[in-house]
Amino acid sequence: MTESLRQHIIQGLDKNIRLDGRKKDDYRKVWIEYNVSNSAEGSARVHCGPTDILAGVKMGIEKPYDDTPDRGNLMVNAELIPMSNPEFEVGPPSDWSIEVARITDRGIRESKALEQKTLCIKAGESVWSVMVDVIPVNDAGNLLDMAGLGALAALGVSKYPGKKENGKVDYEKHTDKKLQLACKPIPVTVWKIGKHLVVDPLTEEEKVAEARLTITTIEDGTIVALQKGGETPLTVEEIDEMVGMAIGVAKTLRALLE
Amino acid sequence: MTDQLLVKDKDVVVPGETLATGMAFLPTKGTYRDGDRIVAGKIGLVSVEGKVIKLVPLADPYIPKVGDVVVGEVNDVMFSGWRLGLRGPYSAVMNVKDATSDFIGRGVDLTQYFALGDYVFCKIVNVTSQKLIDATMRGQGLRKLIGGRLIQVNPAKVPRIIGREGTMSSMIQQATKTEIVIGQNGVIWVNGEPGLETVAVNAIKMVEDNAHKSGLTQTIKKWLDEQVGGAR
Repeated sequence: MTESLRQHIIQGLDKNIRLDGRKKDDYRKVWIEYNVSNSAEGSARVHCGPTDILAGVKMGIEKPYDDTPDRGNLMVNAELIPMSNPEFEVGPPSDWSIEVARITDRGIRESKALEQKTLCIKAGESVWSVMVDVIPVNDAGNLLDMAGLGALAALGVSKYPGKKENGKVDYEKHTDKKLQLACKPIPVTVWKIGKHLVVDPLTEEEKVAEARLTITTIEDGTIVALQKGGETPLTVEEIDEMVGMAIGVAKTLRALLE
Repeated sequence: MTDQLLVKDKDVVVPGETLATGMAFLPTKGTYRDGDRIVAGKIGLVSVEGKVIKLVPLADPYIPKVGDVVVGEVNDVMFSGWRLGLRGPYSAVMNVKDATSDFIGRGVDLTQYFALGDYVFCKIVNVTSQKLIDATMRGQGLRKLIGGRLIQVNPAKVPRIIGREGTMSSMIQQATKTEIVIGQNGVIWVNGEPGLETVAVNAIKMVEDNAHKSGLTQTIKKWLDEQVGGAR
């Protein structure tokens, strides 16, 4: 849509200078606040420059699904509120909102970070269900990576709520039992603009990018999830370079987690 | 109720705060009368001049006025004109006849003049009571802005960014060799060499953040010298 802005951004990228003066593989300053909500079982607020995201975990006791009688449930939801970006609308979830939630969900699920068997209370009858909500307070680009980082940070500090005698959850009480995480899957999205690959895009860069690849990796560099977006195809060489960038960035992001 | 002024000149007030009681004072811009109280409608600085209470807002959305010269972005191409986003609650419409003196036949593709996402420097010529706004490109210096990008600042800080007789903006332009066009809607178009353009943007942000300080021109000049010297 904004061809002139696209050309302008590419002109800068040719000299490895982005709109805010960063290099292509520079990440803005990221910092994390923990337990920002009293009512959640665990929560985190992630900042990436002006981008600001809240993630919260709620736990409940539910009946397991028939095909996984001994596993707890994991649900990830992203609520993109209009306060965070003028292009977000109220109403049913948008495609973008679903995609953000799905990518975050897939990283945690496919890496088996959340050991779902430990969430089982009684096989076939009751299991813990973990609900992760991601809400942007300000979307100034890079929502995808920050949603994944926020969700992981919130899960990492989550503690089981108490249980009443009748088997119902007692949200008034908190136990000291922490939710167990087996690994730390970090999603990093590499965006393609012209022939350039960048991480941590600004809103303008997200608008003009032709393609993106979200690569979720764990500590040893194993890729656990991938998601390609955008209309242009990627070459094998590009994907190689993107994976290299993502593993490097994921290491620095993982070091920020508690 | 007795006539009483509850605030001092240059106090910072918040919406809903009572500024004065009684009928002796007059509410003006940014304040309103509620019964026998005068109440602040915005967050800002109070200015009391005799019996007149005025409020200078700290931040305000851009409300178009006739005669304003603004930077707009083409948001829609319509049957006989373009809709321009002004980064405020209201958008402007520029009719074909106000945009070009070329002959345009019936059914011609208007995107060859202005396409979606193009930037224009235009002037507000009419604002109706329903806030339907007409813009024109007929006038000195008004033009299509090719290339570059837009940044947004608080419209209230625009006079400071322009500076006295344009000193501030021309200083930034010369130091960074960057073209800068400032709209009264707080939208600024910048276009230059990638590295220097970033310096210009940071300089503008610095002026915006420090608009209330005195001796700003000297501070910015020194900062620009350091930055541009380093970039060379």
